[in-house]
Amino acid sequence: MKARTHPVHLDLLRIRLPLPGWVSILHRLSGALLFLAVPLAVGLLAWSLSDEAGFWALLEGSRHPAARVLALLLFWAFAFHLFAGLRHLALDMHWGVGLQAARRSGLAAIVASVAAALAFAVWLLA
Amino acid sequence: MRRGAGAHTGTGAWLTQRATAVALAVLLPLLLARLLAALPVDYEGWRALFAPAWARVALLLAAVVLALHAWVGLRDILMDYAKPVAARLALYFIVIAVLAGSVAWLLVTLWRLG
Repeated sequence: MKARTHPVHLDLLRIRLPLPGWVSILHRLSGALLFLAVPLAVGLLAWSLSDEAGFWALLEGSRHPAARVLALLLFWAFAFHLFAGLRHLALDMHWGVGLQAARRSGLAAIVASVAAALAFAVWLLA
Repeated sequence: MRRGAGAHTGTGAWLTQRATAVALAVLLPLLLARLLAALPVDYEGWRALFAPAWARVALLLAAVVLALHAWVGLRDILMDYAKPVAARLALYFIVIAVLAGSVAWLLVTLWRLG
């Protein structure tokens, strides 16, 4: 058997992904993160609606810096997952499948999600 | 699982993922915007947001669509990374339990409001 000359490994620290590759893996990571947020969101909603004490305790807790960082992270994950998903739907319809176009739209998804997260951060602090 | 499922079980999953994605891309930004626009609220105002039947139905519908979308996505991830069959099936079960449990919890929460 001929010796393989191409690298065969899945060491994420050694693989140098092109930009659309990063968009793809971030789409998965953000999706996994949003999955974890589902029971959290339902639990917080249930707590906030349970009684008046729960509502005010939750409101008080939401002012904690850790809670705000978590909210910002989840907002970014949602925004990125949405933009990358819209890009995917466009690619499904063979729109923007060229290498340059795919790179540009991938970059656009990242930039738009960061801009949305920054706007959310400003709103959080206001 | 579909009967006679073989080479094309992926088509249904693919279509489910896309259809739910389109629905969520419309529903979730609307729900989020409505939520953020209502702030700040007191307890009565917060409960009033979930009082109309249509609001509860919309929220529950969004949750069911989200659960389907999340299931297809998590299934894809687990198929790629959880190679031992027993581990993959166990993780499938956990994912389904978390999603079904979340929808059920939401249903009970909204039900109790009325």
